[in-house]
Amino acid sequence: MPEPGRALPQPTPETQHFWEGTKAGELRLQRCDACAKVYFPPRPFCPGCASRQVSVFKASGKGVLYSYVIHHRPVPGFKPPYAIAVVQLEEGPRMMTNIVECAQTPEALQLDMPVEVVFEAQTDTITLPLFRPAKG
Amino acid sequence: MPHNTVAVVGAAETTKLGVVPDMSQIQLHADAALNAMADCGLGPKDIDGIATAVETPVQLAQYLGITPTWVDGTSVGGCSFMIHVRHAAAAIEAGLAKTILVTHGESGKSRVGNPPRSIHPQSLNGQFEQPFGPMGPPSLFTIPVLRYMKTYGVTEEQIAQVAVVQREWAGMNPRATFRNPITTEDVLNSRMIAYPFRLLMCCLVTDGGGALILTSADRAKDFPQKPVYILGTGESVETPMVSQMEDFTSSRAFRVAGPTAFKEAGITHKDVDHLMIYDAFAHLPIYGLEDLGFVGRGEGAPFIAARNTAPGGKLPMNTNGGGLSYMHSGMYGMYALQESVRQMRGISPAQVPDAKISVCHGVGGMFAASGTIIFSNQRP
Repeated sequence: MPEPGRALPQPTPETQHFWEGTKAGELRLQRCDACAKVYFPPRPFCPGCASRQVSVFKASGKGVLYSYVIHHRPVPGFKPPYAIAVVQLEEGPRMMTNIVECAQTPEALQLDMPVEVVFEAQTDTITLPLFRPAKG
Repeated sequence: MPHNTVAVVGAAETTKLGVVPDMSQIQLHADAALNAMADCGLGPKDIDGIATAVETPVQLAQYLGITPTWVDGTSVGGCSFMIHVRHAAAAIEAGLAKTILVTHGESGKSRVGNPPRSIHPQSLNGQFEQPFGPMGPPSLFTIPVLRYMKTYGVTEEQIAQVAVVQREWAGMNPRATFRNPITTEDVLNSRMIAYPFRLLMCCLVTDGGGALILTSADRAKDFPQKPVYILGTGESVETPMVSQMEDFTSSRAFRVAGPTAFKEAGITHKDVDHLMIYDAFAHLPIYGLEDLGFVGRGEGAPFIAARNTAPGGKLPMNTNGGGLSYMHSGMYGMYALQESVRQMRGISPAQVPDAKISVCHGVGGMFAASGTIIFSNQRP
């Protein structure tokens, strides 16, 4: 029997565009047409001004490492120690993620270092947005 | 609304705290509730309001034999009980109930009658946090802290000193789970849980419960115990997802609940003799001191390290030893309230001499919610 993998999301009608985006290799955010606020996580209205006129757009995928812990306990699908991170996206919102292609140490994981999104397919339908140190 | 017309007349914890495998979770509620009723000489027929979290007021009312005219099932984590006290005070003032029981019981360690809570993969947490490997509070509540440390130049040693100071308080309390003194080195050499957090910076996991009984201040003088009056209260919530906090160096829910309570009470920080700040993890008293305005931004950790909150310091804080050393069943808020009440009654094992005003500040979830209660043993 294969070892259990990491917890996976189940999209809802309000988040479907996000998970379709990651599968297509795009990090999709939403912007309010009325007040221009960019927000996350997804919902079909603006949490700033309550307008239902919002648009989905492809984000740059660039950001900085904002904060993290390095978890030392076992969790299905992970090999400790591993970082559970929050990145601050160029467009403003923050999101939880993992930092890949990087040693999972305080020395390697410097706050405010530039990071960029990479997409890691988990199943036929679910692809997760992870981040790595920015190249160039 | 000034809550100076309501008082705590009954208060008790479960007979046993720590590892209590011979009681299920609902019985821990009941054990605490029966002790609180005995404390004030009341029975279930005298109680017409009930508030509790996780277990529902329906379960507790039936189990205890109470016929309520008012219920509150606010369940927003460990500060739910502060919020229950706030709502109870408002309900008594409004005439919705006369005598209200607030109960907590949690089989956090033995997990008898306490089924595991799961995060549904369709929830926002399930979609946008769980896939990245968190496992409960030690790996989530701690995520903002590196940002806080970088912003204010706070060190791991300073955070470790929070645990050291609280162990000093626990040493005075015969019911505290951990009482032996520890050093900063002990904390920094303890097992790494989620960098930068080590084992001794994280709360205990134990079994227990507590209950409070509130009634109008006018009736309070007729009960056997010294009344503890509710001077001011506050509450708020922010986000179920720690990754979506507005500011990683400060809790918005703290910044709403705390000042609301101070304004209601009409007191200033100089008036506070005793302070409880819910400490599920060692950074919480630091955030709490700053967000409640006791110190400036970035000053919380050095304030604790300079022993201002330690025995003999000018602002005695977490005098039961806190969630780090006294007990922590998962939702610690009730135990913080109990210590504030003991201090106001003058019966704490680590009694602050002549304490007249106690501030009790709670957190729920991972900076998700907050409730603040300001108590006094003087009728306003």
